[in-house]
Amino acid sequence: MKLNTEQHALLEMRSITKEFPGVKALSDVSITVHPAEIHAICGENGAGKSTLMKVLSGVYPAGTFTGEIRFRGELVEFRDIRASEHAGIAIIHQELALIPELSVTENIFLGNEINHGGRIDWVAQKARALDLLARVGLDEDPDTQIKHLGVGKQQLVEIAKALAKDVKLLILDEPTAALNEDDSQHLLDLIRGLKGKGIASIMISHKLNEIEAVADRITIIRDGHAIETLDVHAGGVDEDRIIRGMVGRSLESRFPPRTPSIGDVFFEVKDWTIQHPQVPERLVAKGSSLNVRRGEIVGIAGLMGAGRTELAMSIFGRSYGNYLSGTIMKDGKEIVLKDVESAIEHGLAYVSEDRKQLGLNLLDTIKRSVVAAKLTKIAKAGVIDDSQEFGIAEDYRKLLRIKTPSVEAGVSKLSGGNQQKVVLAKWMFTDPDLLILDEPTRGIDVGAKYEIYTIIRALAAQGKGVILISSELPELLGMADRIYTVFEGQITDNIPATEANPEALMRSMTSAKKKANA
Amino acid sequence: MSTTANDPAAPKKGGLSDLRKVFGGGQSSLRQFGILGSLIVIILIFQIWTGGLTLSPTNLINVVNQYSYILILAIGMVMVIIMGHIDLSVGSVAAFTGIIVAKSMAEWNLPWPWAIVLGIAVGAAIGAWQGFWVAYIGVPAFIVTLAGMLIFRGGNQFIGQSTTTPVPQEFGIIGAGYLPELAVPLNFNVLTMILGVVGAGWIVWNEVRARRVQQKMGSERAPMWVSVVKVVVLAGVILWAAWLFATGRPGTSFPISGIILVALVILYSFITNNTIFGRHIYAVGGNRIAATLSGVKDRRVDFFVMMNMSVLAAIAGMIYVARATASGPQDGNGWELDAIAAVFIGGAAVSGGIGTVIGSVIGGLVMAFLNNGLQLIGADADVVQIIKGLVLLFAVGVDVWSKSQGRPSILGIWGNRRKARLQTEAPDEAPTTVPGTQSNLSSQPEDARRP
Repeated sequence: MKLNTEQHALLEMRSITKEFPGVKALSDVSITVHPAEIHAICGENGAGKSTLMKVLSGVYPAGTFTGEIRFRGELVEFRDIRASEHAGIAIIHQELALIPELSVTENIFLGNEINHGGRIDWVAQKARALDLLARVGLDEDPDTQIKHLGVGKQQLVEIAKALAKDVKLLILDEPTAALNEDDSQHLLDLIRGLKGKGIASIMISHKLNEIEAVADRITIIRDGHAIETLDVHAGGVDEDRIIRGMVGRSLESRFPPRTPSIGDVFFEVKDWTIQHPQVPERLVAKGSSLNVRRGEIVGIAGLMGAGRTELAMSIFGRSYGNYLSGTIMKDGKEIVLKDVESAIEHGLAYVSEDRKQLGLNLLDTIKRSVVAAKLTKIAKAGVIDDSQEFGIAEDYRKLLRIKTPSVEAGVSKLSGGNQQKVVLAKWMFTDPDLLILDEPTRGIDVGAKYEIYTIIRALAAQGKGVILISSELPELLGMADRIYTVFEGQITDNIPATEANPEALMRSMTSAKKKANA
Repeated sequence: MSTTANDPAAPKKGGLSDLRKVFGGGQSSLRQFGILGSLIVIILIFQIWTGGLTLSPTNLINVVNQYSYILILAIGMVMVIIMGHIDLSVGSVAAFTGIIVAKSMAEWNLPWPWAIVLGIAVGAAIGAWQGFWVAYIGVPAFIVTLAGMLIFRGGNQFIGQSTTTPVPQEFGIIGAGYLPELAVPLNFNVLTMILGVVGAGWIVWNEVRARRVQQKMGSERAPMWVSVVKVVVLAGVILWAAWLFATGRPGTSFPISGIILVALVILYSFITNNTIFGRHIYAVGGNRIAATLSGVKDRRVDFFVMMNMSVLAAIAGMIYVARATASGPQDGNGWELDAIAAVFIGGAAVSGGIGTVIGSVIGGLVMAFLNNGLQLIGADADVVQIIKGLVLLFAVGVDVWSKSQGRPSILGIWGNRRKARLQTEAPDEAPTTVPGTQSNLSSQPEDARRP
């Protein structure tokens, strides 16, 4: 045992490779975290940050990936989250894992109750809870139900919960994403304070200014590879430097060439303001305006939680949030899309980012899925002509090269790429003028991606407008004719693709400096 | 072209999956294929056990008379369950409708056809009430219909003052009537046989039409022999059943309630398979969010499915009252459980999205013949209940288990391997059994699109 060298490292992950069917999410990633260090992990959405953290915390149990993990000098193989928690690693997810109806104390000790032979020692738990709350700087009655606390305070309870387990390494996944300025600051101070008490943190964040402020070292992950580790204290590390690392990749010939034949503006959204469905004071779209020309592919760039999907879905028949104000113009006339049906009627189509949850009925066959969004097209007086159905599905199977033995097969049996083609077929069948594609290539392997891009290009070439939402900047730069950037519900920029570069986009995606000139 | 198409088992594969299509399309068909096998096994076992009593004309007529209202409930219940809901109120709604219809004839002297219209209207009103709570207020159907179960049971006993109310004899036709005898010198019921011949003819015509459409569309066709076997077996069963019904005791033949049942099965199979509304039921049940994002108004579907269930409950209630010649305070007790059991035995999924009208009717027939057979061999009611409970648990248990194993159902297993291969993702060139398709694969459209 090389105890001497390894005593320096709290955590060492070596040559971690994790594959999903058709996708290599992590390839040969190594990362070292020192004791009492704040180690940031940066990368684009889908670069593999979360996968790496799931490997570390045992969500993906030992054996489902290759490579080794050493924690406090010992080789560890976590079978589940419990095992990693037991070793002293706690992960705090983006979506908080607290139970709203239970009290602060109950949540802190959930699954870790102080007990004597199964009987909970409430007195000891409460005393300990008070102590933990003091450590995280939360001045609340431990008997308060979680639902009465704001998100910022809930985040602190999560950390208190981790501390109750005697944590040595805290993993924070986008800890400040849902927090306001003050709460964020408090949280960052707390993380720094914990570092002073010997607790190391791994922090995943899109907010580069925060990372720059608190991190000791930064590891950049791109396309499943660990690109580099920057030492903040060595100097020379600023937001631009991080961004360069995150996006520094050449645009290979991953995209079919464009033959733009762009017409006039035919679709416009003006001053679009939408309220979050549960949190009325949160605006997921703030006076957003955008337009689309015929035959144009318009990209929307933004980080997770910036409000891209929310914007798209609210335009698509108000299927997200509460409409406050704004107008939609199509072909020079104002249209009011109060529900999905009228959106489809007016020639809009929305391919959702989550095809399994939102896009398909996985119990259905390909044939039935293809016609599902416009049954009226093959029906008379409400009766479906199912002899047409087969021919239509068969046409799309050939056109989009859907790989299946038969269109009678269930969509659940298809690969991700082919499922996505079914979703595209379903919306092409509605004869849309404007297609909103939300992460159309997420979770799809490279070959199928090219085919999807080809389809998108062909649709634009037919004179349809396309709004392409994507977390992958290369995809936007390779596909879009023009790109809007979104930050915290606001459109911050509108750049022609010829002038856009990843650094400039990333800057507009991470700050509200520039106002849109739509 | 590809490996699968050259497989010697390939034609058979098409045949089996095609046979299954008789029980509705989609992935649920296989489960019903299995349950149909179970039904046949149960009937055969009791046929032997009872020394031929089970399939005697008298007994068949009896089964139809006794269980038609449960099967009618199962038709509505499967739609409710596909939507991911449940309806516990059907027995009480049937009883409530029964008492109103009985009172309307006995005390307000309403002619019986109008009484039937009134009964359907009562069912629709109750259904609209329950549908409103489920669809537009968002109260879970379990709660709404649990409340309905209490409300309408109480309503029945309040209106009927917990005693029975007789119905006029003419009304009895819908519950205890038979197809009339024609004045022809034949020793069987002619109308019943005509009905059987029409049914068999329809089977033949339907198959011919389906093959023609498949040929026109270029979809894969089952080999000719499969079609022939299918038609001969199905038409044969229908004709044979018709013969049994036609040659029963003089004065009896195919019951009117059975005709109502058959008509409703055909109507609702059509609605669920061939109409936009039917598609919407499966769409919402399978993935509510995806359905709404495809423009389906899910609440409206919720509303009408709940409303429809109560209308069918009203029809079932009237048939029962007609057969019993009176409406009583305990009518319809426990029907909801029989109907729900029928639907689940018939292959519906508790999580919604899966199930068919035909499957549920077959599931109901499994329960009916089980009940009937056990009674014929003289089993006591307590034993019958225990066995029914075990059958329900076993049927659904096997289904759930085989699903987790990736197998469709207990009797579907024998045909499963081929089916599984059919449905897994194909190698690069999709195999097709239709000659000429291969050239289409590389024809103009996508080549022009791909630069």
